[in-house]
Amino acid sequence: MIRSAFQEQCIAFETIVRREIARFTRIWTQTLLPPVITQTLYFVIFGKFIGSRIGDIHGISYMAFIVPGLVMMAVINSAFSNVVSSFFSVKFQRSIEEVLVSPTSNTAIIAGYVMGGVIRGILVGLIVFIVSIFFTRPVIQHFGIIIIFIILTAFVFSLAGLINAIFAKKFDDVSIFPTFVLTPLTYLGGVFYSVHSLPGFWQKISLFNPILYMVNGFRYGFYGFSDVGVGESILFLVALTGVLTYANFYLLEKGIGIKS
Amino acid sequence: MKAIEIKNLTKTYANGTQALKNVDLQVEEGDFFALLGANGAGKTTIIGIVTDLVKKTSGEVNILGRNIEQDFSRVKKFIGVVPQEINLNIFEKVIDILITQAGYFGIPRLEAIPQAEMLLKRLGLWEKRFGVPRTLSGGMKRRLMIARALMHRPRILFLDEPTAGVDVEIRHEMWQYLRELNTAGMTILLTTHYLEEVEQMCRNAAIIKGGEIIMRDSVKKLVQIMEREVYVVSVQHISGVGPLAHYKAKIMDDTTLEVELSRLETMHDFVLALAKTGMIMTDIRPKGHRLEKLFLEVLKE
Repeated sequence: MIRSAFQEQCIAFETIVRREIARFTRIWTQTLLPPVITQTLYFVIFGKFIGSRIGDIHGISYMAFIVPGLVMMAVINSAFSNVVSSFFSVKFQRSIEEVLVSPTSNTAIIAGYVMGGVIRGILVGLIVFIVSIFFTRPVIQHFGIIIIFIILTAFVFSLAGLINAIFAKKFDDVSIFPTFVLTPLTYLGGVFYSVHSLPGFWQKISLFNPILYMVNGFRYGFYGFSDVGVGESILFLVALTGVLTYANFYLLEKGIGIKS
Repeated sequence: MKAIEIKNLTKTYANGTQALKNVDLQVEEGDFFALLGANGAGKTTIIGIVTDLVKKTSGEVNILGRNIEQDFSRVKKFIGVVPQEINLNIFEKVIDILITQAGYFGIPRLEAIPQAEMLLKRLGLWEKRFGVPRTLSGGMKRRLMIARALMHRPRILFLDEPTAGVDVEIRHEMWQYLRELNTAGMTILLTTHYLEEVEQMCRNAAIIKGGEIIMRDSVKKLVQIMEREVYVVSVQHISGVGPLAHYKAKIMDDTTLEVELSRLETMHDFVLALAKTGMIMTDIRPKGHRLEKLFLEVLKE
C-alpha cells in the first residue's frame, strides 16, 4: 500500500508514543506511584499538620491553596523525568540507532518523545488531583485555563527533559538538572506560599522563576487569583515552548550527543 | 545500476582521528560485497555514514542513484542495517522490537505483524517472540537484528560483522539465509573477520587499511593473486626431502612436511614427486586460509 510521506511520519510518531506509554505503564511502580505517594505526604504534612496553624490565604484554606502547586509539581517532575530517562536509556543502549537509520523525521522524534512526557505528566497530575479530593474540596473556576497551563507546562518540561537527555553522557548527568535546578525552582515557585508574602527584593527575584508563572496560572484556574498576570504567563510559556522546540530541532539536526 | 557509490569520502572525528581518507567505492546492485579490514580500518565508519549514524566530513554518497544529503529520508527506505554491536532495546519483547522498527519506517502495525511473524519463523526465533532480548543467546540476538533490518524489505543490506560470536551451525544457517536474500536480488555489503565467510558467499571485495581502500576486486581474483599456497603433508615416515627441494619442502616433525605449490603446479605432479622419494602420504591439507593469508600480507605491506 502506498502512503504519503506525511502518513508515514504520523505512523512513526504514533509508534514512538505507543512505545513510551507502554514503557511507563509497564513500570508503573516507578513512574506513576512514587509521585502520588510523595504528594500525599505533602498533603498530610504541609496541608493537615502545618496548614492548620497557618490559616487561610486569599480566603481559602492552606490545604486548598497548595493543591494546584502540588499537582503542577507532579506534572513538572513526571513530564521531565519521563523524557530524560526514556531518551537517555535508548541512547545508552544504542537502540536509538533503530530510529536514526529509519526515515523518521526529527519532528516525529521530538513530537513522539514529548507527547510521551506530556501524557505521563498529565496522568500523574490527574491522579494527584484525585488524591487531593480526599483532603480538601478544590473549586474550579476556569477549567480552560487549567487545561492550557497543565498542557503547556507538560510540554515545556518534556522538551527540557529531551535536551537534558541529548546532552547526558552518563546516568549521573540525568539527575543533575532535576536535583540542582528543577527541585529548587519548584520549591521557590510559589507552590507552598504566595510571593506577596516575601520581602520586595525576593519578590522581584522570584519573577525570574518560570515555575512561578506555571503554578500561579494553574492556581488562577482553580481559585481566580494569581500573583502574576495570567495572560503574560501564557505568553511566557508559549515563548518558552517555542525556544525549547527550536533548541531540540537544532541539537538533533546537528546530531549532537547522538551521532559521531 | 550502482547500489552504492562513494566518492572521495573523508571522515575526521572530533578528536582528530582521520578514519576515512578519500574513499572511493562502488557496489553494483545485486552484488554480495565484502569490506575487509583490521579493527579501526574504517569499515564501520563507512557503514555509519551511509546509514546516517555518523556525519561525514566531506565527499559524496549515492544509494541507488540518490544522493544521501539531498534525499536521505527516501534513501533510508532502501537500506537495512545490522550493526556490529548489539543495540536491541532490552526492555521490549522480541516481536515488539520488529513491529516498532516497522513503525519507524511508516509501516502500520497490521501490516507489520505478518512480516514480523514470517521473519521470526524463518530465523528460528518464533519460540522466543514474547521474550525480551536478555533471554536470548548471542546468536539469537544477531538473528533478531537481521530480522529487524529486514522488516521494511530493504533493497540493500549492510551487515557489520553479523556472525561475530555465533556458533558454527547457526553461522552456516545465517549464510544460507543471506544467500537466499542475495539470490532474490538484495544487494549485501558485509564486513566480517571470518574470511571463510567472504570466500564462501561474496562475489566482490575491497580491503581497507588506515581509512583507504587499498585493493578491490572479485573474491575469485583476490584468491588467485596468491602466487603460492602452502600445504601440510602427513607421511608414514620421512626419508629425506632432497628430491622435493623444488617445492621448498620443510620437515616439521617425523611424519609432517610443509610444501609450497605455485599456481602453475598441479597437485598431481607433487604427488608423483613425493612417491619417487618412497614416502607414503597419509594426508594433505592447505595450511591456513588462502584469503586470510592474502589479507594479512596486504595489511603488512
